[in-house]
Amino acid sequence: MDTTRRGFLASTAAASGAAMTQNLAQAADEHAHDDVALPSEPALRVKSLESLLVEKGLVDPAALDAVVDIYEHKVGPRNGARVVARAWVDPAYKARLLSDGRAALRELGYGGAQGEDTLVVENTPRVHNLVVCTLCSCYPWPLLGLPPVWYKSAPYRSRAVIDPRGVLREFGVTLADDVEVHVWDSTAELRYLVLPERPADSEHLSEDALAALVTRDAMVGIAKVALPQKGAQL
Amino acid sequence: MNGVHDMGGEQGMGPIQYEKDEPVFHASWEGRVYAINRALGAWRKWNLDASRHGVELLPPADYFRMSYYERWLTRLIDISIKTGLLTREEAESGKPTSGSSKAAPPITAANVEAAATIRASARRAEAVAPRFAVGQLVRARNMNPVGHTRLPRYVRARTGTIERDHGVFLFPDTNAHFLGEKPQHVYSVRFSARELWGNEARLQDSVHLDLFDDYLEPA
Repeated sequence: MDTTRRGFLASTAAASGAAMTQNLAQAADEHAHDDVALPSEPALRVKSLESLLVEKGLVDPAALDAVVDIYEHKVGPRNGARVVARAWVDPAYKARLLSDGRAALRELGYGGAQGEDTLVVENTPRVHNLVVCTLCSCYPWPLLGLPPVWYKSAPYRSRAVIDPRGVLREFGVTLADDVEVHVWDSTAELRYLVLPERPADSEHLSEDALAALVTRDAMVGIAKVALPQKGAQL
Repeated sequence: MNGVHDMGGEQGMGPIQYEKDEPVFHASWEGRVYAINRALGAWRKWNLDASRHGVELLPPADYFRMSYYERWLTRLIDISIKTGLLTREEAESGKPTSGSSKAAPPITAANVEAAATIRASARRAEAVAPRFAVGQLVRARNMNPVGHTRLPRYVRARTGTIERDHGVFLFPDTNAHFLGEKPQHVYSVRFSARELWGNEARLQDSVHLDLFDDYLEPA
């Protein structure tokens, strides 16, 4: 069992071009007698890389902890939802958001990595927008956080441009025949956020209550925003 | 390069796997790879385009076999060796070469909040004249460079309309190879779905791409 695991790790590492064979085999040995499952192959490689980088003074492990914390807990779709809700309740803000997204987002404090130039595209009863990055995984980090696996996956990246209506149906969104579908392929350093349609009969809701309804999926364009079922808590 | 990463319009990739309540990272090592990538990037030994090209250079079978963050990890090690941040021996042994001096990392716990959320923009202030105007018909060039490009295959030789001039940005095709920034205009170009995919596509549907001056010619 040990030999097999070791052999697997060694051959995988060699095949992937990361010649860390010896290192991996040692790491595997350290865990070989544990009853619990062995750490995964990439986990071992990352551990080895991080300790090397720390030893060389190339990274500060406390800074790495902080980066993980920022993207796990501080930056995420709540940011985008706040922008959407503001646009729904404030027509002047919405006009600024659609004409100069960068400046309007700055007003709410959003910009920075993977969001320096963000364009907001508006869904209407006649137009539905869908965002994709066919070449890699470009996504408006400051507004939505890091992209989910499906967004980065081959099935979504390949089909969103050739069969957007099929993709939307798979996500449960069926569009009327007369609706225009606009797909935005993020091929340069512009990032896209969909401004979903405000749900009907939501006039009584506060800006915060509206923001709570806005999902990541609606801001990528694979969902619509709906009011909660009657009787459900907001 | 005409690689497997350029997958717009490919078919047979299977159903989209949607995970409900998906975590930001599926394992702690994924978060470490993401963070190491940001922290090493701050050394400015490479740029975002070179980094993207690093993933494109993965052999096709590896590209599909690896998870997203495994690709990042592999290209991170490759590019660190290529740019001299690590030696191959160090990457192989996991130990610093004896006698090497210890550096001081540019991103620390003290400045991480700003460093993690602000990145040098690819927008450039140079006054470069645009070659095309809003409303103009353009054709995406039929070009097949072996290096990095952000012109996907599915629009090459297709005709579209300039809908917006985004201003001047550095050019990924040269920047990825450290051959200069070649700043130029980027436009939002609208291609009708029928132009791209034929008469089966809906008349009113369209795909919009952000394309550089050098990718376009008058139609």
